[in-house]
Amino acid sequence: MRSSHRLALAGVAAAALLAAGCSSSGSSGGSSSGTNWSTETSASAGGGMSALVAAAKKEGTLNVIALPPTWANYGNILSAFTAKYGIKINSALPDGSSQQEVNAIKSENGTAKAPDVVDVGQAVALANTSLFAPYEVATWSSIPTAQKESTGLWVEDYGGYMAVGYSSSYGTITSLNDLLGPKFKGAVALNGNPTSANAALNGVMMASLAEGGSVGSISQGVDFFKKLKAAGNFNPVQATGATIKAGTTKVVFNWDYLNLPSYVGVSNWKVFIPQNAVLGGYYAQAINKNAPHPAAARLWEEFLYSQAADGGQNLWLQGGARPVEQQAMQSNGTIDKTAAAKLPAVTGTPVFLSSSQNTNAANYLAANWAKAVS
Amino acid sequence: MAVAATTETGARPARAGRRLSAPAWAGTVPFLAYVAVFLLWPTGIVVVDSLKNPNGSWAFANITKLGDPLVRGYFIGSFKLCVLSSVIGAVLGAILAYAIASGNPDGVVRRLYLAGSGVLAQTGGVTLAFAFLVLIGPVGLLFHASWFYSFPWGITVIYAYFQIPLMVLVFLPAIDGVKVQWREASENLGASAWQYWRYVGGPLLMPAFLGGTLLLFANALSAFATIAAWENQIAYIVPQQISTALSSEVGLSNVNVADLLAFGMIILVAIVMTGYALLQRRAARWLR
Amino acid sequence: MAAVTSVGETPAPAAASRPRGMHASRKRRLNAFRYVVFTLFGLFFLLPMLAMLRFSLEGAKLGTWSGAAWKQIASYQGEGVPPLISSIEITLELAVITSVVTLVLLVPTMIWVRLRVQWLARTMEFLSLLPLTIPAIVLVVGLGPIYNRIQHYSLSSLMLFWIYVILALPYAYRSLSAGLSAIDVPTLSEAARSLGASWFTVMVRVIVPNMRQAILNALLLTCSLVLGEFTIAFLLLYNNLSVELYSISRNTPNAGVIFSTSTAALAFAFVLLLILSYAGRARRGRR
Repeated sequence: MRSSHRLALAGVAAAALLAAGCSSSGSSGGSSSGTNWSTETSASAGGGMSALVAAAKKEGTLNVIALPPTWANYGNILSAFTAKYGIKINSALPDGSSQQEVNAIKSENGTAKAPDVVDVGQAVALANTSLFAPYEVATWSSIPTAQKESTGLWVEDYGGYMAVGYSSSYGTITSLNDLLGPKFKGAVALNGNPTSANAALNGVMMASLAEGGSVGSISQGVDFFKKLKAAGNFNPVQATGATIKAGTTKVVFNWDYLNLPSYVGVSNWKVFIPQNAVLGGYYAQAINKNAPHPAAARLWEEFLYSQAADGGQNLWLQGGARPVEQQAMQSNGTIDKTAAAKLPAVTGTPVFLSSSQNTNAANYLAANWAKAVS
Repeated sequence: MAVAATTETGARPARAGRRLSAPAWAGTVPFLAYVAVFLLWPTGIVVVDSLKNPNGSWAFANITKLGDPLVRGYFIGSFKLCVLSSVIGAVLGAILAYAIASGNPDGVVRRLYLAGSGVLAQTGGVTLAFAFLVLIGPVGLLFHASWFYSFPWGITVIYAYFQIPLMVLVFLPAIDGVKVQWREASENLGASAWQYWRYVGGPLLMPAFLGGTLLLFANALSAFATIAAWENQIAYIVPQQISTALSSEVGLSNVNVADLLAFGMIILVAIVMTGYALLQRRAARWLR
Repeated sequence: MAAVTSVGETPAPAAASRPRGMHASRKRRLNAFRYVVFTLFGLFFLLPMLAMLRFSLEGAKLGTWSGAAWKQIASYQGEGVPPLISSIEITLELAVITSVVTLVLLVPTMIWVRLRVQWLARTMEFLSLLPLTIPAIVLVVGLGPIYNRIQHYSLSSLMLFWIYVILALPYAYRSLSAGLSAIDVPTLSEAARSLGASWFTVMVRVIVPNMRQAILNALLLTCSLVLGEFTIAFLLLYNNLSVELYSISRNTPNAGVIFSTSTAALAFAFVLLLILSYAGRARRGRR
């Protein structure tokens, strides 16, 4: 390479490096007077709820991410929050996965667009605690110990049981083995790929439980889907409202709150949870350590965990999801009884995957899923 | 551009007072600088990250993972799909371009097809895959294509939907450049249509045709949204596996693996481009 | 002769310039060929569009018709999402900025390379393919730091143009390259230079007018790319037309909305490009 070429390339590289080296001033945000809410670990420590509300209103905006409006009633939750406190909500990436939420925290770090709070699956929450800020909501004691991190880095918020939704044109389905029959040709689908999507992995695990397995191993579930594929009943597309409406996927494995007719978008939709295969999964809330709107973020958490009639917990219940404080609310009578009565009936004890069981299942799927359904 | 030409015949006299003799490539600096910042730098980040561990330490051995049989399977799948869709798209696109070019240059048909090609060349993703799914999928409105879910046939038909218009747009200027007079001249000399194409038209159009095919190949290579909507359960091609590595919620996400696969794709394109350069050289021999 | 070429095309002016010499039989075969080609391809491209249109007009129960999915686009007032009009404005502005920057960056450089720096041609070709090689989902990983820096200066979605120019590069390059190879650039430029033209004149007044179709096609491809670009805007958390339409389709429980928004986007782009293609040919008089 001629020396003049080298010189020019060096020049361009230097310019790029200079641009890279320009230090970015971190987002200065935050309140000018008094409390720095980004380090407060509870409302009382920061001066009480009214101080929190005032600080949040001053910030005026909240950045949320990956909250589809028809998912567990999030649409109403977002508008209720804005109506109550007058804080504008920027809702980004409504269809993002939990991993994408965390990626966004990392890539948008220091900008005004970074997510303030995230609602992620268990595995992602556990893997990313270094990004979160500890915070204990006012109703901390109502949340079971097993469903929160001890300092509040992540706290479970709502969940459901894995169910099978299906078009009512099939009559009533009572057992998974019915799905192997000839009238379900090309009809059964998962909500995503089990090596990637939490809901799909739990769908396969639920099938495993229904076929007599235990949470320790997902192999029976994979075998079930292998049989389904061999019978020609397995449809490899991702089930969405559009595929259901078009009649492409008439049977869908998904969380029960995502198998509601209102979420799915068709009226003739039924749900069943197989006997003794009650697999539960909860999502978790976390606050971004470097949230551009720390007070609004914490107020949002207070709102979500509030047991009031118009608070987050009851709103989630109205969306068909089971709020984490359900037991406490049933004891102290704050629960919305009508909504609670509408939850699908279950026979059997609910089980939940621990993180190691989750990892084992994921690894098994990574090695065997593609072979089973191809 | 104040570059004083030093070698052209009849060159203008140098501007009074100043005589810049910057090297010729200086004219390409704006382009190169832009590309360096917005393309090479992100690519560099991706490549460098691919050789690191999730905790940030170096792991040059990562590159051997590209030889893993599972990974090779993804690359072979990508290659198959890209070659198939680019060749089919190029041939059919060239035919369509010829049909358009041989019509009235100001006509409505030409404009409609051009605008339509512009729009369709960039379609894809969920809606396109879905449209084909409802037409010829398992519960198809038109008919059920039993090959719809066999890789790479079903997805190739979907890819053709945007590959063909793309070829039309990038190939049309070349066909326009083939003058009618040359066809006349060859006919006057007694050549048949076949001979005209074999000795005149073909060699003239071959570089543009190969270039178009190469573009179609690369276009198909990184396409992801379409195949993800077509089917979601088996990863046939590299971008599907990249997506799992980037956004898996079940703990199988690994940004470094995603970066490594992207690095592999760059290598694949470099290899394909070498083949393409060889082909171009052989085609050029035709011309002389 | 023009009357035979195809139905619906403007006859006389261009025909007069087309030299005679096509034998009648060959003309007939050519026209038959064109009819067959246009019909077959037309069907292939139209059927999926019709399917999407049909689903966009589907009512709540399969088999009924309803315009709800279309009305919901216009009436949509979402929580936390800006209105549709502003995203249309932004996307149109992005299309203009991206096209201008792409053409200004590429055309002079490509002409220059063809004339004086041929050894860079292969490098340019490879560079132009690179944006297509890396899937958008991974490119965003690499773009993260850069856009993070950009966002300290401006949060506007218009900042997407920096990467859109790169994304348009492969398509614009290939189209311009096809146009350049169809004309004899060295001879034209030598002739012009020998008559005393500056490099600027050579490019703007000699070569570019001969590349009209190529430039138009590059423009069409760039605009259509910007109008339809989704993944990068989505992953960088910006709001452009496609992202907005996607939000609408996710925010309304009517599954038909995803079809109506896609069809609307395509129709919008088509009309725009059609207008553009007319503008590109407006000054053609005698050829």
